[in-house]
Amino acid sequence: MKPFAARFLAVPTGMAGVTLLGAVLLLALGAGWLYPGDPWAMVADPNLPPLSPGYLFGTDMLGRDIAAGVAHGARVSLLIGVIATVIAVLAGTVLGALAGYHGGLTDDLIMRFTEIVQTIPGFLLALLMVAIFGPSLYSIVFAIGVISWPSVARLVRAEFLSMRTRDFVKAARLGGQSDLRIVFRQILPNTLSPIVVAASLMMATAILLESAISFLGLGDRRLISWGFMIGAGRTTLLQTWWLSAIPGAAIFVTVLALNFMGDALNQALNPRRRPTGGHA
Amino acid sequence: MERLLFFARRCLKALLVILCVIAINFALIRAAPGDPATILAGEAGAVDAGFVERIRKDYGLDQPLPVQFVAYLQQLATFNFGTSYRENRPVQEIIFEKLPATLLLTLSAFVFSVVVGVGLGMAAARRAGTWVDATITAASLVFFAMPLFWFGLLAIVLFSVKLGWLPSYGMSTVGADLKGWQAWLDVGHHLLLPAVTLGLFYVAVYTRVTRAAAIEVMDQDFVKTARAKGVPERRIWRHHILRNALLPVITFVSLQAGHILGGSVLVETVFAWPGIGRLAFDALFQRDYNLLLAVFFVSSVMVVLFNLVADLLYSIADPRIELQT
Amino acid sequence: MSTLLEIRNLCVALPAGSERAFAVQDVCIDVPRGQTVGGVGESGAGKSVMAYAVMRLLPRGVLQVTGGDIVLEGQNLLALDAAAMRGLRGSRMGMVFQEPMTALNPVMTVGDQIDEVLLVHGVQDRAVRAQRVLALLADMHLPEPATLRHRYPFQLSGGQRQRILIAMAMALEPHLLIADEPTTALDVTTQAQILKLIKELQLRHGIGVLFITHDFGVVADIADQVVVMRQGLVVERGPASAVLDHPQHPYTRALIDAVPRLRATHTGSTAPRAPVLEIDAVCKSYRTRGSGLFGGRGQTLALDQVSLRIGEGETVGLVGESGSGKTTLGQCVMRLLDIDAGALRFGGQPIHALRGAALKALRPQIQMVFQDPFASLNPRHCVGRIITENVILSGVAPHEAQRRMDEVLRLVGLDPSAARRYPHEFSGGQRQRIGIARALVMQPRLIVADEAVSALDVSVQQQVLELLRDVRQRLGLSMLFITHDLRVASQICDRIAVMHKGRIVETGTVEAIARAPAHPYTRQLFQAMPGQAWEQRNTRLAA
Repeated sequence: MKPFAARFLAVPTGMAGVTLLGAVLLLALGAGWLYPGDPWAMVADPNLPPLSPGYLFGTDMLGRDIAAGVAHGARVSLLIGVIATVIAVLAGTVLGALAGYHGGLTDDLIMRFTEIVQTIPGFLLALLMVAIFGPSLYSIVFAIGVISWPSVARLVRAEFLSMRTRDFVKAARLGGQSDLRIVFRQILPNTLSPIVVAASLMMATAILLESAISFLGLGDRRLISWGFMIGAGRTTLLQTWWLSAIPGAAIFVTVLALNFMGDALNQALNPRRRPTGGHA
Repeated sequence: MERLLFFARRCLKALLVILCVIAINFALIRAAPGDPATILAGEAGAVDAGFVERIRKDYGLDQPLPVQFVAYLQQLATFNFGTSYRENRPVQEIIFEKLPATLLLTLSAFVFSVVVGVGLGMAAARRAGTWVDATITAASLVFFAMPLFWFGLLAIVLFSVKLGWLPSYGMSTVGADLKGWQAWLDVGHHLLLPAVTLGLFYVAVYTRVTRAAAIEVMDQDFVKTARAKGVPERRIWRHHILRNALLPVITFVSLQAGHILGGSVLVETVFAWPGIGRLAFDALFQRDYNLLLAVFFVSSVMVVLFNLVADLLYSIADPRIELQT
Repeated sequence: MSTLLEIRNLCVALPAGSERAFAVQDVCIDVPRGQTVGGVGESGAGKSVMAYAVMRLLPRGVLQVTGGDIVLEGQNLLALDAAAMRGLRGSRMGMVFQEPMTALNPVMTVGDQIDEVLLVHGVQDRAVRAQRVLALLADMHLPEPATLRHRYPFQLSGGQRQRILIAMAMALEPHLLIADEPTTALDVTTQAQILKLIKELQLRHGIGVLFITHDFGVVADIADQVVVMRQGLVVERGPASAVLDHPQHPYTRALIDAVPRLRATHTGSTAPRAPVLEIDAVCKSYRTRGSGLFGGRGQTLALDQVSLRIGEGETVGLVGESGSGKTTLGQCVMRLLDIDAGALRFGGQPIHALRGAALKALRPQIQMVFQDPFASLNPRHCVGRIITENVILSGVAPHEAQRRMDEVLRLVGLDPSAARRYPHEFSGGQRQRIGIARALVMQPRLIVADEAVSALDVSVQQQVLELLRDVRQRLGLSMLFITHDLRVASQICDRIAVMHKGRIVETGTVEAIARAPAHPYTRQLFQAMPGQAWEQRNTRLAA
């Protein structure tokens, strides 16, 4: 564990990613203390520019505090990101494992299904689902999860396919271990690293998706979200461009942090291979 | 002969996907809370009882489900999407009117992203570990993290408002009655910002994928053999590494086709580009689910067609596919 | 006879943090014109590094030449600039690598790949190139050159691909040919053909050949001079007859001693024993999948009416090349695969149809030792868990399992404290011992060894074979020993069965078959064994 953590932090993106994400996390957790009360509340004069006294990011056309919106919006984005990722990773891992381990007909069926889901324009489907079921936290999380699992499934399937023929798996079968046991105790621990990398990148995508859905007006109306703020600021873009710019910057920083972490995780988990042509 | 069989198999797969899309559409309407007829009528049409009744009859909503499904299948197969209450004309007409604009936008963005993305990815792989690689990788991480619509809005502020170089909305200048190549130039002028906005995200994606694929291929034995033969580096990159790295890239690109269409919804909304993405946004706003479903269906068909072409391209590029069947 | 290649005091440094500072150190080798120099040694000896250094193909940034000269026909290769060096590669010196499967560009036809060598070295005329390609293919004794040139690598066999690689290396008639383990990945019959080809090319063109291998038999057959390397240093060098027949250095002597020889088995009684395993007319075929819905499906017959009997305490060898079906048979015996027809009986009881609890009860009695010591142990589990996991699952109490584990670790020559460590902390030979321990701890009656020593260095191989002989003696085990190497089989098997294309073509004791092979394939197999002249010279074939 220790050498891994050291390698992870040695990569510059690792350090940067952890720091940035940590900052966002703190903001999200501390939103209640930093900006108590309802972020929707109108607290000041409308259209104050950023860096006005007391209002770091200014206020919007209805006098709402942008900074409060950003802080509370962090909660929503991270929450949706995490839950949707968990759904997608779980679904993808289960399906990918089944396909990769059993092969044959099971593999064929699951892969056809995965291909179909992956081919369909995902974002449009998500919009459809959220629109038809009504915009809410649940429908958004569900929709994002439903369109995101195929890439995890493909990844896990590839890993399982290669592990399945390894000798130590055969040895486990010869020991009388059940399939379930082999999957969980033998194979899965060896495939965790690519899944973790995929999960971090998936969370980044989930946050981008959620913000796009909210931007288009399909966000949960009870919760303030960065995407919604960008959309709301659009009408007065020319005069008060910061209303859209600042929440967007928040999304950008968070997603960048997650991408950095995913990249660093990847490098830490796959140290540069010893090239062929070495000794002997 | 084998190629024909291969193509036939792919067509069958494509049809299967479209069938699934139709099934999804069908299921969604039925699964939504409320009366399917009202949902299909949309917010505007729901108030007109006569319209709702016509819908009920047209879609056979009183019939048993299997009958409904077959009827729906037939309708969509002929691109019959019903009538728009608001505009009082067939939805099919509306969609096919706006489709070319979306095609123009997405294809331009696509070509831009593939050419630049693959080029940068190969450049990064070739100089892996140097500052060039680090810069390209960092830049791609940055563009990968930017929400499309946010970038679009900022681009408008910068290039249209502050600098005044490019128009900020629409596909052509309103009121200016241009003809011939001047009209085309005008469209191009309007196309630049939206296409680049849409494309930049995918430049980042393709750069990463190409770089990873090229690095993977670089380590393979046959590259060593090529060096041992005395083949110059440039030729190694073009004939050995690129040709093999392109295979996984083609696969990846074809999988991404659906994404670009989703992205076009956002970009068309931001730039008021008159395509079906914009149409989808309007449909959302107006709660016109019928229109939304139609856009979804047409987009899926386009993606499927695109995948077919990509598959064909792949089979030409990789001799193992065609001849191994 | 002038010297073609002179390597003088070559030093190649390894990156910081490696087990030693140099990949090769102070290596001096001369390759005379028209002669073959065999570079031989175990893994980690640095032989390949040396070969790559001559071609200046060392991976940049990882391995660096830090000293010495490499002189080819009077020209110091290390002093040349990149362009000049590139000009020499392929034209003055050619190299052939180990893995023909991956050494060719999968999306270019083989004809184009040979054509490329000619093109990049200045042969502009397309027609001239085409002629040359056809001539080369014919020289390599490849069938139908005119159609073969338009084939892709995946359509050729391993041996054919290696010929293409040799053709590419020889295309411009270089003066030096470097071959880095070119036959290691090939079947023994294919190997014999390739070696013959290389020899023929050498005689015809008068080239100097630097041939790297770990196989002493091969060296004995083709080398004029021999250089023995160990851990990056040259340990002994000289004319082949001197080094191979009268080795001076203790390491060389130990290595040559460890080379398995065809020996007659000593186990006395040939009295029929109660069979512990009966394989009765077993058939198995694989469906080769086409892709998609209308994909064409072919059938490959992997096992065709195979029958074999293993008696109590007997070791039977299953000898064959790739595609013979020996691995498939092993998997069927282990019940990892189902058979299509025929019967398998263990201790008299049919086992081919067992499922569920009955199958689980059978498992402890038949165990397997695998080929690859690096892939057969779960890298995430500690050794103790690897060994005891299955035992405990089969119902044995944990403290009893612990006791058994300690006992079995001692039996294979490892300290019981190894249980707390992880596989990556052990060497290949030690990991193979752990694999054997894992099989033994279940107290089986039958062990199936699937190429159990093929991936090991020759000295380690000797030790593991010794271990297996010792263990089976002490525990009265029966063994099915699967291998492609006749000599290795003769070291441990009472009887062998030769397999070819899914059928057993001959069975009997090694002695009997060696003296009078009945089936033409068996004859071919025996003839193809490398180093027979050398073996006979040293007359170790014990009576």
